[in-house]
Amino acid sequence: MIDRSEVLHIAKLARLSISDEEVDVLAAELSGILDHVEMISKLNLAGVEPSAHSVAQTGWLRPDVPHQSLAREKALDQAPATDGEGFEVPPPGSGT
Amino acid sequence: MSTDSTKLSVTETVAAVASGLLSKAELHAAWLDRAGLDDLNALSWVSDSPELVHGDGPLGGVPLGVKDLFCTEGVPSQSGSKILEGYLPPYTATVVEALAQAGAPLIAKTHQDEFAMGSSNENCAFGPVLNPWDRGRVPGGSSGGSAAAVAAGLVPWALGTDTGGSIRQPAALCGVVGLKPTYGSVSRYGMIAFASSLDQAGPITRTVADAGLLYSQMTGKDPRDATSVEHPDSVEPVVPMDLTGVRLGVPEELTGEGVEPGVREAFEATLDLARSLGATVAPCPLPHAPHALSAYYLIAPAECSSNLARLDGVRFGLRVDPDEGLDGMYGATRAAGFGPEVRRRIMLGTYALSSGYYDAYYGRAQRVRTLISQDFDSAFEDFDAIVTPTSPSVAFELGSKTADPLSMYLSDFCTVPMSLAGIPAISIPNGLSDGLPVGFQIAGPAFSENRILGIAAALEDGLKFDGSPAWIA
Amino acid sequence: MIELEPVIGLEIHVQLATKTKMFCGCEPVFGENPNTRTCPVCLGLPGALPVINERAVDFGLRLGLALGCELANRSIFHRKNYFYADLPKGYQISQFDEPLCSGGFLDGVRIHRVHLEEDAAKLVHSSSSGRIQGADSSVVDFNRGGTPLAEIVTEPDITSAAQAREWLSLLRTTVKSLGISDVSMEEGSLRCDANISLRPVGETTLGTKTELKNMNSFRFVEKGIEAEIERQRELIQSGGTVVQETLHFDPRSGSLTALRSKEEAHDYRYFPEPDLLPVAVGPEMIKAAQDSLPELPAARASRYEEEFGLASELAQRLAFNGDLGDLFEATAAICGAGSDARLVATWVNGEVSSRVDEGSDQTVEPEALAELLGLLEDDKITTAAARGILDTLIEHGGSPADLVESQGLGKVGGGDELSAAVDAAIASDPEAAAKVAAGEQKALGPLVGLVMKATQGRADGGEVRALIFSKLADS
Ligand SMILES: [Zn+2]
Repeated sequence: MIDRSEVLHIAKLARLSISDEEVDVLAAELSGILDHVEMISKLNLAGVEPSAHSVAQTGWLRPDVPHQSLAREKALDQAPATDGEGFEVPPPGSGT
Repeated sequence: MSTDSTKLSVTETVAAVASGLLSKAELHAAWLDRAGLDDLNALSWVSDSPELVHGDGPLGGVPLGVKDLFCTEGVPSQSGSKILEGYLPPYTATVVEALAQAGAPLIAKTHQDEFAMGSSNENCAFGPVLNPWDRGRVPGGSSGGSAAAVAAGLVPWALGTDTGGSIRQPAALCGVVGLKPTYGSVSRYGMIAFASSLDQAGPITRTVADAGLLYSQMTGKDPRDATSVEHPDSVEPVVPMDLTGVRLGVPEELTGEGVEPGVREAFEATLDLARSLGATVAPCPLPHAPHALSAYYLIAPAECSSNLARLDGVRFGLRVDPDEGLDGMYGATRAAGFGPEVRRRIMLGTYALSSGYYDAYYGRAQRVRTLISQDFDSAFEDFDAIVTPTSPSVAFELGSKTADPLSMYLSDFCTVPMSLAGIPAISIPNGLSDGLPVGFQIAGPAFSENRILGIAAALEDGLKFDGSPAWIA
Repeated sequence: MIELEPVIGLEIHVQLATKTKMFCGCEPVFGENPNTRTCPVCLGLPGALPVINERAVDFGLRLGLALGCELANRSIFHRKNYFYADLPKGYQISQFDEPLCSGGFLDGVRIHRVHLEEDAAKLVHSSSSGRIQGADSSVVDFNRGGTPLAEIVTEPDITSAAQAREWLSLLRTTVKSLGISDVSMEEGSLRCDANISLRPVGETTLGTKTELKNMNSFRFVEKGIEAEIERQRELIQSGGTVVQETLHFDPRSGSLTALRSKEEAHDYRYFPEPDLLPVAVGPEMIKAAQDSLPELPAARASRYEEEFGLASELAQRLAFNGDLGDLFEATAAICGAGSDARLVATWVNGEVSSRVDEGSDQTVEPEALAELLGLLEDDKITTAAARGILDTLIEHGGSPADLVESQGLGKVGGGDELSAAVDAAIASDPEAAAKVAAGEQKALGPLVGLVMKATQGRADGGEVRALIFSKLADS
């Protein structure tokens, strides 16, 4: 079952800041759900291929033909922070 | 015939427009009035344009309600989430574009569970949608806003999306028709993704014929969606099928334990109706169906954990920056922007994919998926369609299942197997239980939309379901 | 002390020269204004979906064929999940357990696999130091994001830094001949990382490896690997242990710094990309790739032996370094059948290659080289003068004949100028002259040196010697 340290590890991988109280709640909830889904571990799946898709099993490809790209103002329009040319982000190195 | 025109089915309305009995301007004005009556929190946005722009296609100018998660250029597309509050996409989803071209322009957008995760619409960042049959109850989810809006007559028809039952279950709980098409038969381009291998757009309508009409203009291969395929048949206007000799299979695994007595009664009555129309009804084994929910609750969260990674506060949407560097911004933004159910599923999915657990969880779930598809393949050798109740219960009271995520997940018990197999399934209202609508699900093999629509229309004729109690006066 | 041998594997990223990006129709043009080549797909906007570029798959198949790989019947794209500012979707679409090509061989080095993926965007750090640490803020430009990449992974079959450099050069030549990439290390369309470990000679198990990144020229690849081998050797021989880490080579200081030592182990949570169906590689796709294959370096080397009579090592040196091979062929063609192609080959392989960085634009034009070697063959200039002219040609361009004329570099011989220079030399070092006259051969050197100095190397050594002898004999 999922313990506190696993919850913290998963939250870090998923980039979700969680509070201390939330860790315990999530540990309990996730354990409960996993308990339930655990029933598939009893199935004998030897020789069964996994299905990533249901209907079509192979796809088609796109011709290498250019389309119109977005105007920059449109690309940047919804961004929380820009310098007019690009998307501003906090410095990757600092912090945690 | 301005206000009364809204009482017509879309199929009738299209005929009225074609014969000149009704103008498109009248139609538009009447539906703008109707949309203004929303007291259910069903609509997230309503057009303020006096005229809707649309092509001269076969849909006659009948305006369309569209679930929040479809991207619509310059119109809020929030997928029910605070992290996308007020988000204005720079492009429009293929299917919304295609329907406008075909003559069904966007008039309103509808609320939903956040990122389509939920079966009650209580996971909407902008408040729950109320069920027009009983405002103390949920409309189902995740396309609850679309189902409630159609049932209440706020929009003539609407688009929903279905991942594990998100069209069919709210359609059932609101007493309307909902079609989940074959996976790949409708483009997903521009649909804000929940679980890519399961998500599929479909119509929510008042009649089976309307569902067929809308679907006929939605289906088709889209060069922008690599999982889309051309429908092998042309989708025909719906005609009730002669049920003589039609073989209906009833899987014990999805109709036994857990189904409410009132739902069961309505289900049995509909089977009797089918028999009286000439159909044969027999038990049909789907031995792995009881495992579908487990597989689904691993596959869908796994895909969503990855699909929602792009909600990162960089190019659009919410940003919360506690000044602790890039990772600090990510963590704070996502914690503040996602609601509890979405966070839970991201955590679950991240866990199921993480090193050391992949084979036990995600890998096994994908194998169970194979078995479920095989179950359906063999079932369709003996049966033309499989029928079940759509939802094991009628609409439940607001707040009654929010404390226990697992009990909420069980609402999808009857709909999830078809989602995993990618096959089409339709829910039609088949009666009331304690004054609340019950849904009847008909599923067929991949690309059998014409068939299940025909069966549904035949039963619809016999059922004579009356949806008027939900209509907002 | 135990003898240690290096074990080196390379990971090479090649940007494919398709018209559009890997999964969308944006044109990956470089040097454009930031964020002008984007769309919902390559910006990772909600609802946007990837669609595989047919030509990128074709290019991948060509590469696989050229490297002797087995081509998959079915190939699957996976999501590699991690968060970074240059990665718009929170995952990179790459390949995992079913790559497009696997197994293969190129000049003694086994190829593990070749797979396709999308490039990251560009993160520009705006701080005075220009480094990530301590940057005030960073800005993302998504123009490059989504450019198709082929990643080539070798087995750890390389045993020295020099071999790594030479092999990389052969790979570059191969890729270039396929016409699928610009393969410029400077511009980043060819990037090389190296996995390096040491083990006692004779052992077969691999030691702990480090990953060396960011070597953006052939020279730095060699220097970086050399530096890391030395670092590990010293560490092991002083009783330390190598830690698995990613290192950055700074070519200026020659130092190695750890890049991600603190970070937790990556957990990329690979899973099949649900937005893409598996690619079915049909016989017609394979045939099209086969039909497009050009002459590959090994075949080119054989042709040089047959057509130009080059020794096999020289033929290979030129053929395996495409720039040199191209220059050789072009120059030999201009010189024509009457001249000696071996002289051209020797000059290209020796004089030119020692002066020109691989992939650099600053090189000599074949016309100029042909003219220069013509002057040399016709005895109009000395070898030393030719070398000097070559320097000028590479640096500034120009015509060899004009340079000879304008700088007075023509060979000095027979005439009064050389005679006077010899007289002057004899006069300035009468002691040496006496010794030579007495038959002491060793004393000839200083006299010849004086003449060469006076003529700035334009005189022929043999002629000078003969002239000194004759003058001393006459006196
Ligand atoms: Zn793009």
